Amino acid sequence: MEKMTISQKILARHADKEYVKSGEIILADVDLAFANDVTAPIVIKFVNDLGGVIADKNKIALVPDHFTPNKDINSANQCKIMRDFVKQNNIQHYWESGEVGIEHALLPEQGYIKPGMLIVGADSHTCTHGAFGAFATGMGSSDVGFAFATGKSWFRVPESIKFIINGKKNKWTTGKDFILKIIGTIGVDGALYKSMEFCGSAISELSMDERMTMCNMAIEAGGKNGIIAADETTINYLKERNITNFEIFYSDEDAQYAKVFEFDASSIEPQVAFPHLPENTKGISEIKDDIKIDQAFIGSCTNGRISDLRVAASVLKNNKVAKYVRLIIIPATVEIYRQAMREGLFDIFLDAGAVVSTPTCGPCLGGHMGILADGEVAISTSNRNFVGRMGSPKSFVYLANPAVVAASAVAGKIIDPNEVVK
Amino acid sequence: MIIAKVWKFGDNIDTDLIIPARYLNTSDEYELAKHCMEDADPDFVKKAQKGDCIVSGFNFGSGSSREHAPIAIKAAGISCVIAKSFARIFYRNAFNIGLTILELPETDKINEGDILEIDTQTGKIVNKTKNETYQATPIPQFMQELIESGGLFNYAKKMIQKGV
Repeated sequence: MEKMTISQKILARHADKEYVKSGEIILADVDLAFANDVTAPIVIKFVNDLGGVIADKNKIALVPDHFTPNKDINSANQCKIMRDFVKQNNIQHYWESGEVGIEHALLPEQGYIKPGMLIVGADSHTCTHGAFGAFATGMGSSDVGFAFATGKSWFRVPESIKFIINGKKNKWTTGKDFILKIIGTIGVDGALYKSMEFCGSAISELSMDERMTMCNMAIEAGGKNGIIAADETTINYLKERNITNFEIFYSDEDAQYAKVFEFDASSIEPQVAFPHLPENTKGISEIKDDIKIDQAFIGSCTNGRISDLRVAASVLKNNKVAKYVRLIIIPATVEIYRQAMREGLFDIFLDAGAVVSTPTCGPCLGGHMGILADGEVAISTSNRNFVGRMGSPKSFVYLANPAVVAASAVAGKIIDPNEVVK
Repeated sequence: MIIAKVWKFGDNIDTDLIIPARYLNTSDEYELAKHCMEDADPDFVKKAQKGDCIVSGFNFGSGSSREHAPIAIKAAGISCVIAKSFARIFYRNAFNIGLTILELPETDKINEGDILEIDTQTGKIVNKTKNETYQATPIPQFMQELIESGGLFNYAKKMIQKGV
């Protein structure tokens, strides 16, 4: 039989086929379909117009994370549509403000994501969950409504690109820098329609948090999904959540790849993506000019997890946010929020003069909790820096890892963490 | 057959340009239409007439999965989007909601204001202003079937009726 990549294998399994080839269109069973407060109203309309049929309530989730706690009247109404649907249909997988977290941090943390699953979400960063060796991809609301109603979705089987990263990473380099380096190398459409497979010794050494960061930004290269095969690290993370029933898939030894890229981890320094595209990257040491900032944001589905907050705290300790600069820190889930608080990270954040907020996507997409004015500059741990992303179309967003963002908040300009850490 | 006046855009027209997130607190198509392409060109909705088309470069619709993006374009009266390439989630969403999209590598040859005659079945595009003809990639078989069954919603309806 022909060789298959991990992505092909998962798709084949869910389409009940022995083999699927690139370009083939299949109809496959979906293990989990979900939406958030911005995308759910259209999903719900689709389902209700079909007579309200839901294939399997255990395989859907609704996570109000984008414009919550309710940002304005319209957003409150969108959340109400979601809540009413949940109540009417007795849907268990729903979290209210006070319990809810950012979907792509909450779902793995709460044990909804397992290796080998086929996952679709009405959010482009659904690719995050490929960090668990699952096939996870973002779709529009109608497609997710289709999955809610029928339990299936159609897919065009993607070709794969392999990214091998070997070697040891340096002190301040993280999974965020790996993915920014990759996007900077191949461009924002460099992986268009393709599966991005990450492997190599440096990947094996990444924590689950950092793997999620990497897979999260596969979409920023145009990728259909990002994926890292499950290993000891994955199994241990799942064991801690009492999850043991799953099947691990691997790419065949000589599976076909459209392209293969190799990187040496030790040559990747912290990256900064300049406005207005995630591919516009430079290494931190290449930045010679003083780039003053008005706002720094640490959070989002990309970098709002406990390890991100710990790194930020290590930079902020005994430091203060620069005058006239806002540092906004948003833990991605309530569990992370609590843990950060218990570990004393909030004291460090508050002593530094940062804003600390309940979980929300908020400023990442220019929603609320930290919008930029005309001409303002922000540095952010989030995933996109398109024009107007964080507020005014006349503002500028730089992307970086939590250490660089924290250091820049202290310095009032984009800076290497080494220059700030006390 | 569509006859449309062209509004030209460049590469990487992302979903934040097409419909900024500050307007995502609604899914009402008429509201969304009012802000179509706002951060790419704030005057677009004032200038564009019903039936006009958008011609663009690489990676149109990149970024978010927001279906609001093709919805805003369609509700603004745009008949068709022609681009060198489309981001994949936007591509799916466009078909799902019935916005006609076509892939054409030579969009550089088309200027703003040109009048195009577009055959959506075959992908043949005639530039009446320049007297040139181009061949867009015909819509893939599966997408044609989706369109023929009346779009994703009707496809779902049939599946449910069949008891799938």
